[in-house]
Amino acid sequence: MLTAGFALAFFYAPTDADQGIIQKIFYVHVPMAIVALCGFVAGAVFAVQHLRTRERKWDMRSYVAIHLSIVLAVGVLVTGSIWARASWGQWWVWDEPMLVVFLIVFLLYATYQPLRFSIEDPEKQSRYASVFAITAGAFVPLCFGAVRMAENLTHPQAGTMTTSGPGSVTLTFLVSLVGMTLLFVTLCKYEMASKNATMKLRSLKRRLAGDDDFGAAEPARSAAPQH
Amino acid sequence: MRRTVSALLAKDLALELRTREAVPAMVLFSITTYVVFHFGLDRNAIDGDLASGVLWVTLLFAAILGINRLFVAEHEQGGFDGFLLAPVDRTALFVAKAIALFAFLCLVELIAVPAFAVLLLGPSLGQALPGLLLVLVLANAGIAIVGTLVAALAIQTRARDLMVPLLALPMLVPVVLGASRATAPLLAQGGAAALPGDWLSLLALYDLLFALIAYAVFDFLLED
Repeated sequence: MLTAGFALAFFYAPTDADQGIIQKIFYVHVPMAIVALCGFVAGAVFAVQHLRTRERKWDMRSYVAIHLSIVLAVGVLVTGSIWARASWGQWWVWDEPMLVVFLIVFLLYATYQPLRFSIEDPEKQSRYASVFAITAGAFVPLCFGAVRMAENLTHPQAGTMTTSGPGSVTLTFLVSLVGMTLLFVTLCKYEMASKNATMKLRSLKRRLAGDDDFGAAEPARSAAPQH
Repeated sequence: MRRTVSALLAKDLALELRTREAVPAMVLFSITTYVVFHFGLDRNAIDGDLASGVLWVTLLFAAILGINRLFVAEHEQGGFDGFLLAPVDRTALFVAKAIALFAFLCLVELIAVPAFAVLLLGPSLGQALPGLLLVLVLANAGIAIVGTLVAALAIQTRARDLMVPLLALPMLVPVVLGASRATAPLLAQGGAAALPGDWLSLLALYDLLFALIAYAVFDFLLED
């Protein structure tokens, strides 16, 4: 699906009149940004579920969603920077609220992993991480809402760009968006599967070792939730 | 609830009054920061945007010091356990701590803002004072709410001193933005201009929203 989106982007969608070929990055940058932000919000929703039900799987989902969104956010910042260099002539533009807000959100979420990592008790770790995810998750729509209100029009809005353009742009954009979402969901599935397998392996090993060196056997090497 | 809050608050204020730990350090820090800004900017007097930016960055960093210390006594002396054993609403601790932090910030500003006017500010402060007080109260409320939440989050981590600024600074960016934009016209060279209402409403909205979030999630930080 993502490949289809990119193929459409290159061969089907018309090249922008004043930006030329570089405008194609739009089909990567914007879906990635939207999916990353939705991932952050989804992380917050899962965290609410975790605090309500106290089930470990929700914490795991919240962790995985936020983890992958951080990765996407790095991609957004890099592609956005390249695009800005090409179309505005500068790598970074400070008087542009959209960029600044995205950077702030990214910096905030960058502390998620160190926060998890520096709490030792796994039960407490998941609870605190959930609280953080909820607070930060509420911060994301607030910031972007504020930006929409105090609009500065240099940063092209995804909506105006798709509706004002010809139909092929809209189609390509939607295909890319769906493709990016599917990529995100698939990666989440994979990471969860791998985490579950690691967990199962660890508990089996522990049973094999006769439970005598419980917990002391392996120092935690990642901030991921673990049994 | 009100009795619990006032008891906890009285404890915090008495503690601060006797140990004099946080507030004097915060005041000293702000004044030192003004001196650093004086040399860093190489300016004798500043006004407008620059003045409000310097003032708010300094106050924010001073507030971070206070946030860092906020739950340390509870953590080290076992106050959390005592509080959890008592049959009271847990939100009371959040309210009391936020009010205490708010009071500390007000005390710090009582000295730090006049010091700013004497040391760095070009135009006189007199005209701007009522507007500035309003901005200070709104921003202090925001810093107190978010700061208490962050302090409670970070107190259980190993690298507490590192986590507090890392968590608090991005979360408080809207406060600094709103407060410094609202203060800038007050400190302008040609006398204080009118207070911009939209930035004040941004501050108020931020305070309200985070108060609600903190009220909702704070309980989960205290369980053991």
